[in-house]
Amino acid sequence: MALALSGCNRRQSTFATFGEEAAAIDHLALVMTIGAVAVAIGVAALMIWAMRARPGALSLRGGERLILIAGGLLPVLLLLVLLGYSLPVMRPRAVAPADMRIDVTGEQFWWRVGYAPPGGNPVTTANEIRVPVGRTVLFRLRGADVIHSFWIPGLAGKMDMIPGRTNELVVRAVRPGLFRGQCTEFCGLSHALMAFDVVAMEPDAFERWLASQRQPAAATAPATAHVGAALFSRYGCGGCHTVRGTGQDGAIGPDLTHVGGRRTIAAGALPNGEEAIAHFIRYPARTKPGVRMPAFPHMSEADAHAIARYLGDLR
Amino acid sequence: MGVWYTLTAFCFMLFAGVLALIMRTQLAVPDNDLVSASTYNQLFTLHGSAMMFLFAVPMFEAVSIVILPQLLGARDLPFPRLSAFGYWSFLLGGVFVLGSIFFNVAPDGGWFMYPPLTTRTDLSGLGADIWMLGLSFIEVSSVAAAVELIVGVLKCRPPGMRLNLMPLYAWYILVVAVMILFAFPPLIAGDLLFEMERLLGWSFFYASRGGDPLLWQHLFWIFGHPEGYIIFLPSIALFAMLIPTFSQRHLLGYPYIVLAAVGTAFLSFGLWVHHMFATGLPKISLAFFSAASQAVVIPTGVQIFAFIATLAAGRVIFSTPLLFATGSLAIFVIGGLTGVMVAIVPFDWQAHDTYFVVAHLHYVLMGGTLMPLFAGLYYYWPLVTGKKLSDRLGRTAFWVLFAGANLTFFPMHLSGLMGMPRRVFTYPAELGLGGLNLASTIGAYLFAAGVLIVCIDLALSPTRPKGRRNPWNAGTLEWLAMPESEHWGIRSIPLIETRYPIWDQPDFMRKVDEGRFFLPDAEEGRRETIITTVLDARPVAVVRLGTPSFLPMFAAFALGGVFILTTYHLYWPALASGALTLALVLRWLWTTAEIPEKPCKPIGHGIELPLYISGTQAPGWWAMFITMMADATAFSGLVFGYYFFWTVHEAFPPPGMTGPGSHWPMAALALTAASWAATVGARAANRRGLVTTARLLLSGGALSAIVSIGAGLAGPWLSGLDPAVHSYGAIVWVIACWTTAHAAVGAIGQLYALARSLAGRATPTHDADIRNVTLYQHFLLFTALVTWLTLGFFPGVA
Repeated sequence: MALALSGCNRRQSTFATFGEEAAAIDHLALVMTIGAVAVAIGVAALMIWAMRARPGALSLRGGERLILIAGGLLPVLLLLVLLGYSLPVMRPRAVAPADMRIDVTGEQFWWRVGYAPPGGNPVTTANEIRVPVGRTVLFRLRGADVIHSFWIPGLAGKMDMIPGRTNELVVRAVRPGLFRGQCTEFCGLSHALMAFDVVAMEPDAFERWLASQRQPAAATAPATAHVGAALFSRYGCGGCHTVRGTGQDGAIGPDLTHVGGRRTIAAGALPNGEEAIAHFIRYPARTKPGVRMPAFPHMSEADAHAIARYLGDLR
Repeated sequence: MGVWYTLTAFCFMLFAGVLALIMRTQLAVPDNDLVSASTYNQLFTLHGSAMMFLFAVPMFEAVSIVILPQLLGARDLPFPRLSAFGYWSFLLGGVFVLGSIFFNVAPDGGWFMYPPLTTRTDLSGLGADIWMLGLSFIEVSSVAAAVELIVGVLKCRPPGMRLNLMPLYAWYILVVAVMILFAFPPLIAGDLLFEMERLLGWSFFYASRGGDPLLWQHLFWIFGHPEGYIIFLPSIALFAMLIPTFSQRHLLGYPYIVLAAVGTAFLSFGLWVHHMFATGLPKISLAFFSAASQAVVIPTGVQIFAFIATLAAGRVIFSTPLLFATGSLAIFVIGGLTGVMVAIVPFDWQAHDTYFVVAHLHYVLMGGTLMPLFAGLYYYWPLVTGKKLSDRLGRTAFWVLFAGANLTFFPMHLSGLMGMPRRVFTYPAELGLGGLNLASTIGAYLFAAGVLIVCIDLALSPTRPKGRRNPWNAGTLEWLAMPESEHWGIRSIPLIETRYPIWDQPDFMRKVDEGRFFLPDAEEGRRETIITTVLDARPVAVVRLGTPSFLPMFAAFALGGVFILTTYHLYWPALASGALTLALVLRWLWTTAEIPEKPCKPIGHGIELPLYISGTQAPGWWAMFITMMADATAFSGLVFGYYFFWTVHEAFPPPGMTGPGSHWPMAALALTAASWAATVGARAANRRGLVTTARLLLSGGALSAIVSIGAGLAGPWLSGLDPAVHSYGAIVWVIACWTTAHAAVGAIGQLYALARSLAGRATPTHDADIRNVTLYQHFLLFTALVTWLTLGFFPGVA
């Protein structure tokens, strides 16, 4: 199945698997598709035969036998086989205490991400998820405001994020690469624009990256060196956003401590870059209708760009 | 009335189709900005809601109201005024809901309306109320029509038509109407909780106040899944009528088909969780619901293969209706197979809420609802108008529709698995989904062209000459209809001995036309039809049908006023409209169960039947019984809520919160029981001629019921239970209000029976009113038992 579609972009496709769970389901899908095509052709052929058969081609007894065998017995057998084959696929992988835990909370319309490595300090980021290849990862999924759903097609099936509940999803990535995930439970105006990048990394690289994320922002971009840092504070951005190490510690919006290192901004809605950030700061709802972030239409172009440059340097 | 009903539903379908075309245009290319996110969300919400609530279900009911009397050789259904009430409710509710899009306030939370997105008043506006209240109104009218259809099938069959001789369409009407009866009420219960939360701030779905968003999902899908079969089975029913005609032989496997239909209905109520596979429920229950979902393949397979076997055994006559039927079966089979795929839990984790599911459900609905409806349209058009539709246009339309449907929906399987979620107003170019989406959009326009051809064919129909009677040479009763049909329907009501009387009973048509069967004349100039027994259709009475009246329309508008005014938070006018509804309904009821001028009348062949019946033989009793079954189902939805909250909380009632105690609930229960006993006593006394005793008992019963209201509400009131603080208080209050409101209706019923007795409209021998009121009291006693025992004692047991 994947072969026929190899020409397409496959960052968010169930055919381009990079996790064991998604691969098992892809295999299941292939088997079921073959079966479904066979049954469809069989029924169609039978129907054409029935239309063209001479009158009385089927006796009363023959007809009743056809109904009971083709309509009753055959489906029972086929479905029993299918259930026996498919149900084991849903058994979740076992999780050990030493496995990585990642907390993801869906919020209108972005993702709050927290890494809780066994024995290490937790790290908070947003709108980007990185997983180590070959290691079991437990996602703990929550919904902050409304119901969202967490879906990384290449890695595993989806799981809802429901306010008041914590759902778990266990995965294991098997090859490194850059992928994409998206919200799949309708969650309001910008539901379509609630995506995230997924980076599967070799374990060593992942550990290095996690260590760098744990650092405060000051280590990469000293606030004193930036006019943007002062503007960030002056416009009150810190009321909602955190930039660790600079005293800006709002917890309403995404953590921006290392925002410059992400591939996209605004939950996958825009490519990361000075121009995009400056535009988003002034008119966020033009990119994402219904966004909670207020617009800053009176902020000067220069100020917006200064802040954008500062944020871009937070790697 | 049925024809108007059908036409209105068809127009709503066209409207919803146009909404879909706008959506497909928006999605034709990536990153399109033809419509805004806000408009798009309104479009898909309204498209789904309208197709489900304003097209598929009402269309089934409308078509059934048109052809059921003909199928049964009856003059009309037992409650023509109830049909009228249902139609006006439907029209008003439909215009109200659909019209909202022109004011940019249409519902935008999806047809499934998941809270908390839709219950938080800061995240959703008037649209959510319009959805809840407008569609609740429609649901009431759907249930009303279902009552009418069930009583019609059970009590208005022609003499001799035992259950096993019923045309299959009548069987399916029975099955589907019963499904409506049990499927819609849980949603109505859900709607009630939903609006209590939105309008009054009671807590059912907010996790922070002890609620749970999943409660809504359970209630919604307990309705929503059977809904899928409610709109699919009628199409199978149409096939079951037209396939024997075009095979020129009896349908093979009649008993298997009936069993399969009943089995599908039964299973469909045990599948709802397969819409919730990704909500994190325990794996073991997912496995159970997966297996149950697979099991529904078996009855469906039996029905499809019965058609194939019939075609193979018979002499196939190719025709436009048959072309539509076989084409839609082919489409349906594909939808069924993808249905098996999504019923497999792990696969569903990938496919759920993606375009794969959009493809699946549209294959099922195209093949299982819309295309079969066109088959039925081409088949039954001569029955209604006396004219055939054009074969040439019909075939062209079929192929355009067939190609359009496949081109639209087949690529969606792929776009879904390639990462396209549902309900997105746009998608980025980088996902590589542009080509597939463009194909779907072209397909949608092709499909629309096909619908247009059908419309043109319909529009040309008035210019064509009338054809002959029974143009397809069918064997079932409905084809007795004359091209120049008389006002009073069938000439005489026949004695039925076979399933295909026109084929198998000698000289059948001639005997009917010459009035050689029953009730050939209406000497008193009244519209009459024969009532028969439920199982073996022995004639038991002749009933006079209601004449056209404005009362049902006024009642529908007044009831609509309640819902619409509540939407705009105009509570006092809404209350006034409610009082008006009550007055109109009572006025309307007052005209029913009249005492005839003579006790009996001959119907021919030396048979004389009474003109008045009461109790279990009477249509009115059955209507009450069926309505109360629906009512009890809605109530059980609320009780489900109570026990659902108990299972999701460690302590329920939560620590520090006291319930209503057990004294007040027990007092309410005792008073309701007294009211019940008084009514039962009144019925017995009236039967024995002790009219004064009966009147006294009815008065006492009403008084007891009214006092029970105070006792029932005193429990939660005096213990200071606040419904806005925690789900416990909210669910206790809502159940207490439900039951006391029912006690109030019970008291009105008792007073109504009293008034009828005083007015001389109810006597010891004519006691339909008091018997129906007694039946209501039986259900009320059951409701009160469950309510007051749960509220009074369960907190102590748990």
